[in-house]
Amino acid sequence: MATKQTLDIDYTKYNFRDSDESYEYKFPQGLSREIVEKISQIKKEPDWMRQFRLRSYDHFMKRPLPAWGGDLTTLKFDEMLYYASPTEKKSRSWEEVPAYIKDTFDKLGIPEAERKFLGGVGAQYESEVVYHSLRDDLAKKGIIFKDTDTALRENPDIFKKYFATVVPPEDNKFAALNSAVWSGGSFIYVPPGVNVEVPLQAYFRINTQNMGQFERTLIIADENSRLHYIEGCTAPIYSTDSLHSAVVEIIARPGAHVRYTTIQNWSNDVYNLVTKRAYAHSNAIVEWVDGNLGSKLTMKYPSIYLLGPGARGEILSVAFAGKGQHQDAGGKVVHLAPRTTSRITSKSVSKDGGRTTYRGLLHVAKGATEVKSTVRCDALLLDEYSRTDTYPYNEINEDDATTTHEATVGKIGEDQLFYLMSRGLSEQEALSMIVMGFMEPFTKELPMEYAIELNRLIQLEMAGSVG
Amino acid sequence: MPTTLEIKDLHVSIEGKQILKGVNLKVVQGEIHAIMGPNGSGKSTLANTLMGHPKYKVDSGDILVNGESIVGMTPDQRAKRGLFLAFQYPLEISGVPLAQFLRSAYRSVRGETKTETKGVGGEMISALAFKKKLEEKLKEVDMDPAFSKRYLNEGFSGGEKKRAEVLQMAILQPAIAIMDETDSGLDIDAVRKVAEVVAHMAGPEMGVLLITHYQRILEYIRPQFVHVMVNGRIFRSGGPDLAKLLEEKGYSWIEQEAAAAV
Repeated sequence: MATKQTLDIDYTKYNFRDSDESYEYKFPQGLSREIVEKISQIKKEPDWMRQFRLRSYDHFMKRPLPAWGGDLTTLKFDEMLYYASPTEKKSRSWEEVPAYIKDTFDKLGIPEAERKFLGGVGAQYESEVVYHSLRDDLAKKGIIFKDTDTALRENPDIFKKYFATVVPPEDNKFAALNSAVWSGGSFIYVPPGVNVEVPLQAYFRINTQNMGQFERTLIIADENSRLHYIEGCTAPIYSTDSLHSAVVEIIARPGAHVRYTTIQNWSNDVYNLVTKRAYAHSNAIVEWVDGNLGSKLTMKYPSIYLLGPGARGEILSVAFAGKGQHQDAGGKVVHLAPRTTSRITSKSVSKDGGRTTYRGLLHVAKGATEVKSTVRCDALLLDEYSRTDTYPYNEINEDDATTTHEATVGKIGEDQLFYLMSRGLSEQEALSMIVMGFMEPFTKELPMEYAIELNRLIQLEMAGSVG
Repeated sequence: MPTTLEIKDLHVSIEGKQILKGVNLKVVQGEIHAIMGPNGSGKSTLANTLMGHPKYKVDSGDILVNGESIVGMTPDQRAKRGLFLAFQYPLEISGVPLAQFLRSAYRSVRGETKTETKGVGGEMISALAFKKKLEEKLKEVDMDPAFSKRYLNEGFSGGEKKRAEVLQMAILQPAIAIMDETDSGLDIDAVRKVAEVVAHMAGPEMGVLLITHYQRILEYIRPQFVHVMVNGRIFRSGGPDLAKLLEEKGYSWIEQEAAAAV
């Protein structure tokens, strides 16, 4: 029974290119102080933001590339475009989207409106009415949910109070880059005691530039509030941009509960280098649910700083690496206060020579007593060409911390396949079923439509029936 | 027309080692055959080879279902032709709920796909109808309905796994069920329970090829044909009396006879 799979969504077929004429101002390739200033000027930003961008730019230029993680040496900063006007980005027409992609969307069962968005066609979202009524409902409760550029204009005080307080530009080279050229992303503020009952989803903002190259998301959940934010989608995101470097900051004030769910499936020439960090104050709960498919290289380690007593952090991350892909993912939890608890669960699947890495940090500071933490990483290798590594770093400075770490590497056995196939499932169906089962601890945390979509995607990837 | 399974002069090896050395057998849907024999005689090899385990290599001979050779077929193709294997050691599949698995299997084997009905005898079943069917069958094999939500065989006791195999068989309704030591590792009550369910299913609709070391399961599933396998061959065939004889005298005498016959 052959276990070598042909999973290939050949993204190179879908390399869209906008015609250059459609941009109002043509930015040159590469990055300079002038470009950073120009971005700020076009956006009509206040001076402090202009200064912030320039400071970030300076840091980006002098900061070396990280020496660890994936291979970044092929990244060509000089050949990239760092800004394009969001209004002009919508100029591509649905007819230009290749049939292959439309077919993929069919197979995934992606709704029409979303397809246009994913295909890079910023058409009018048919459910705009739904979006507006939702927005009115949120507004009545004092919830702010808008794109980050708009928030900077319309909510300057709260914006300035929290922006870049969790991830300063000096944190790492890519945070600095994002800080210099950021555009788009979501801004959310939930007032004290407010429970946002429906998950807020990024694609409700489909008319705004939501999945930009350097998006910047800032979420503030005030005391005892509750929020679930969902971003992304399992369908491949077709993009000409070869670098995506987002920053996400979450502030969970005392007693707040924030869950942030992302599933991303970048085309496989993309470097996806994301900094995600949350502050959890006393008795707050922060959960990152993070799914990584696609991309050439992903380096992403959602982090939680447990700042106040009783705070809890959960990171649930899955990665799927196919041919030529490296998913370097994991999580970081920093326990800075007593009685804080955390759990990191990582699941990864590698096939066709794909590579997954778990990289995790567990830090327990002096004074953070009675800490409890569990870390579990499970890797599944679908063939002998694929690779997985685990790098757990533990810095425990209090004796009474209870920490556990468990790591497993599994292969799909011939006997398991035989068992499922003897019940009438084809080899691909059997493989898909085993992989879906392996992913189940992640999938069950997703809203149903996302779970179904993810499972469909796994089936498609295992079947190699696309492209 | 009842389904027939015909095994002709079957030679099988595992990793170069010859295990089956010329097995001949014909099982017709509706018949119950028992294959008995000492450990290492090739009983489980026969079961796994019939279902198409990739580790077992057919060196010569043939396996026919309704006259068509299945030797080159994958296990799922064999399942679709009406074969079923109740495993001696069922595998655990984490994260896959039993009910979900069985519905997929049912769709595959009974010919239903998402959008269309495949071929002749295809059978559409709604989620609700399937749930009802599953609940019914769970009751028949004396399993708690909660099992339908549990992951396939994960954390099941030995007895629960064997019962789950019979449950799968009851759902998939094969034309010919091969049961590989379904009685092993079970206490007497569990053997009786499982065997009664199988006996109830066996009849004109289902043929059974029952592989066992012990005679006790044959108290409940009464075979018309008993075969004794020794050293990779069916050495003797007979009626139920043969099973009794083996129970009384053990296997050593027949092994000696087999050795003398070579």
